[in-house]
Amino acid sequence: MSLLKTEGLTRHFSGLTAVDDVSLAIEPGEVRALIGPNGAGKTTLVSLLCGRIEPSEGRIWFRDEEITNWPAHRRIKAGMAYTFQITSIFARLSALENVSIAGRAVGRGAEARQILERVGLGAEADRLAGEMAYGHQRLLEIAMGLVQGPELLILDEPTQGLSDTEIEGFEALVRELTPATTVLLIEHNMNVVMAVADSVTVLDQGRVLAEGTPETIRADRSVQAAYLGSG
Amino acid sequence: MEFGPHLLLAIIEGSVGAAVLALTAVGLALVFGIMRVVNVAHGEFFMAGAVLAWVVATATPGPPWVGFVAALIIAPVAVGLLAVIADLTILKRLDYDPERTIVATIGLLYIIQQTALLTYGPDARPVEPPFNDRLALPWVEWVEGGLQLYWPWGLSVTTYKLFVIAAAAVVLLIVWGIMSKTRAGLIMRATQLDRDMATAFGIRVERVYAGVFGLGAGLAAMGAVLIVPIAQAHYLMGGDPLLLSFIVVIIGGLGSLGGTVAAALLIGLGDGIVSVFFSPTLAKILATLLVALVLVFRPQGLFGTHKR
Amino acid sequence: MKVWGLHLAVLALLAVGAVILPDYHQGVVARAMVLAVFAMGYNIAFGYTGLLSLGHAMFFAAGMYGMGMAVQHGGASGALGLLAGLIAAAGLAAIVGALALRAAGVAFMIVTLMFAQAIHLSIFLFGDWTRSDEGFVLQGAARQPFGIDLTQAEPRYWAAFALFALVFLATLLLARSGFGRTLVAIRENEARAGMLGYDTFRLKWTALLISGVISGAAGACYGLFFGYVGAGFASVQYSILPLLWVLLGGAGTVIGPIIGTLFMTYLIDIASGITTAYMLIAGAALLLLALFAPQGLAGEIRRRFAGWLP
Repeated sequence: MSLLKTEGLTRHFSGLTAVDDVSLAIEPGEVRALIGPNGAGKTTLVSLLCGRIEPSEGRIWFRDEEITNWPAHRRIKAGMAYTFQITSIFARLSALENVSIAGRAVGRGAEARQILERVGLGAEADRLAGEMAYGHQRLLEIAMGLVQGPELLILDEPTQGLSDTEIEGFEALVRELTPATTVLLIEHNMNVVMAVADSVTVLDQGRVLAEGTPETIRADRSVQAAYLGSG
Repeated sequence: MEFGPHLLLAIIEGSVGAAVLALTAVGLALVFGIMRVVNVAHGEFFMAGAVLAWVVATATPGPPWVGFVAALIIAPVAVGLLAVIADLTILKRLDYDPERTIVATIGLLYIIQQTALLTYGPDARPVEPPFNDRLALPWVEWVEGGLQLYWPWGLSVTTYKLFVIAAAAVVLLIVWGIMSKTRAGLIMRATQLDRDMATAFGIRVERVYAGVFGLGAGLAAMGAVLIVPIAQAHYLMGGDPLLLSFIVVIIGGLGSLGGTVAAALLIGLGDGIVSVFFSPTLAKILATLLVALVLVFRPQGLFGTHKR
Repeated sequence: MKVWGLHLAVLALLAVGAVILPDYHQGVVARAMVLAVFAMGYNIAFGYTGLLSLGHAMFFAAGMYGMGMAVQHGGASGALGLLAGLIAAAGLAAIVGALALRAAGVAFMIVTLMFAQAIHLSIFLFGDWTRSDEGFVLQGAARQPFGIDLTQAEPRYWAAFALFALVFLATLLLARSGFGRTLVAIRENEARAGMLGYDTFRLKWTALLISGVISGAAGACYGLFFGYVGAGFASVQYSILPLLWVLLGGAGTVIGPIIGTLFMTYLIDIASGITTAYMLIAGAALLLLALFAPQGLAGEIRRRFAGWLP
């Protein structure tokens, strides 16, 4: 049984089809990378999966339950967690409070401090989130996802803006999380994809262009053409 | 009076109100649309126009039309200037933040209103209209052989009221002309569409905002000057126009001057007709509930071109 | 801890007022305490949840008229009247919330303003029962609930104090509770809160309901304690005043409302002795606050040195 499955998922925006007939299945315990050139529809697809926007057509299942019409908060409570591409935290609250608010949504507020330590932000617990360095804010976002103990963690460009050391830390974290947690990440950094992904889905102009292991995808000519020749 | 003539009378009276409402509402719509701020003090600009009209008209010697013309020129300009100052000292400082602007303009509302109370006083005072001849209007009735005109007693309109309708129409046409045909209008519309892009193109957005705020206030003041010979100038007269303009702008929708005018006619006439045949209170209750429901279920208004 | 110390000290100060204040000031402070309850109700919606309502007068009036109608026309006792007022306010808040919360930002503000206007006008429409602007005075018998004679200054002060203390402590507990912190999260970043699994619509609706009930309690008590029910309390002025009180005292703080209400009530009291244009003070205060001190008194204190202030 796949953890997350979609069938014919489509989304139009007054004339533009951002996501076009996407059918995919994510298996429990895997790390799936979602890649593609800018404008391919990756963030839109992921927004459809976590419920931020509604599909125009198609269906979605989470653990064999159909969630197509579920509002976002219900999906999160069911075991999904989502981090934003553009950091979205509670800037005027402390880092610790950010994570405990995230945890309390699913009854895990007590683990906040522990999770902060785990991502390496233990020393910044009382710092106002808005005053933290950008890289630390990205880690805080991840911590807010982690504390919820999700079955499916969806990360939208998690390594953007991180330093090399921070990226290494992130890769280690992902390896630790699986197979207990399934991870879906949108990534532009191919090194990260090669390092952590079990399989890759390539999106181009809203459609699935290719799927496979990182090595096969890297060698795939149509994928190379899509990245180089889009216009 | 029978129903037919009574309805005609209600329509005429409603049209006068609708004309003034159209001017006031277009002023609010410009500010709301281009600057994206809610000016709760808009009704007080209206009132200020009326009060200044009385001051100017009373201070001007000669026949009533001289004072009236002077008021028609001076009041809107003065109120417009007041608005420009308010924009530069207050709204700009707040960086046009929607919430803080609303709070600040509420403060401005009370300051203008209470200053009028302190200086002008609590009384309502009239201004003499420049001309005011009564015209009897005909209605039709069936007689043997066909339709015949007759002049029901009480069915009449004054020349001044007709003037108000005409004047408002002319001003609105001028505004429409400015917005769609001139460079100034183009700049305003560009700023409305995309403030940052406008800046990138070298448009001094702050100046545009100050100008728009002044224009919006000036239009309201002009509407007030027109209505003051009919209704009197009173320090509390800003409340109704504010409420009605809001209703018009929201129902008419943003991005459409034509929609605003259409909504003003609808609301103004509707308010007038319902007020004549039913109670004015009920009319207002229905109008306010209508606005609330439109905002909840159809936020782009009835004619709006883009969602807020 | 210092939080409880501070807040209990505030209560102690107000309690002492019953003994040491001269009669006139006792009356002013009693009135201010009931109005501060209104402000605290508004604070829950505006200060903590970030819902800028411009129509809270409707909840105050619902409480006042719910009580007033029950007592005057239904012959209810004071206590039953208060209950009627609470139910009226709760019902109105539930309905208005379900509708208004579907609009966001500026639209929400206007929707609340419109609903409040409609309620205000309705009081005139049913003028035969409500006596419209003129209002009506409550008869003596109803003003002695539970054996307390509200027509006398001193029991009235204690009744106002009891109401204030109850809501004050309840707000303190709410502010420090998980629910309270969640409301703050919604205010700070609603999109994020939604994506963390919070049903933000239901939470905002609940906050508005609590806010409306407290405001209604203030209205019902104001009518009962001071013996008068009138349409003026449903006017837009009574939607602006709680905004002013909360902004001045510090939105999103527990002690902010009483500070703001006491200060403005005294200021307006003094001003109205000098001129009829006393709302000029309110206008100037609002403008200055919006321009220079949006955090308000307690808010600035919290920002600068007392981050622990709830």
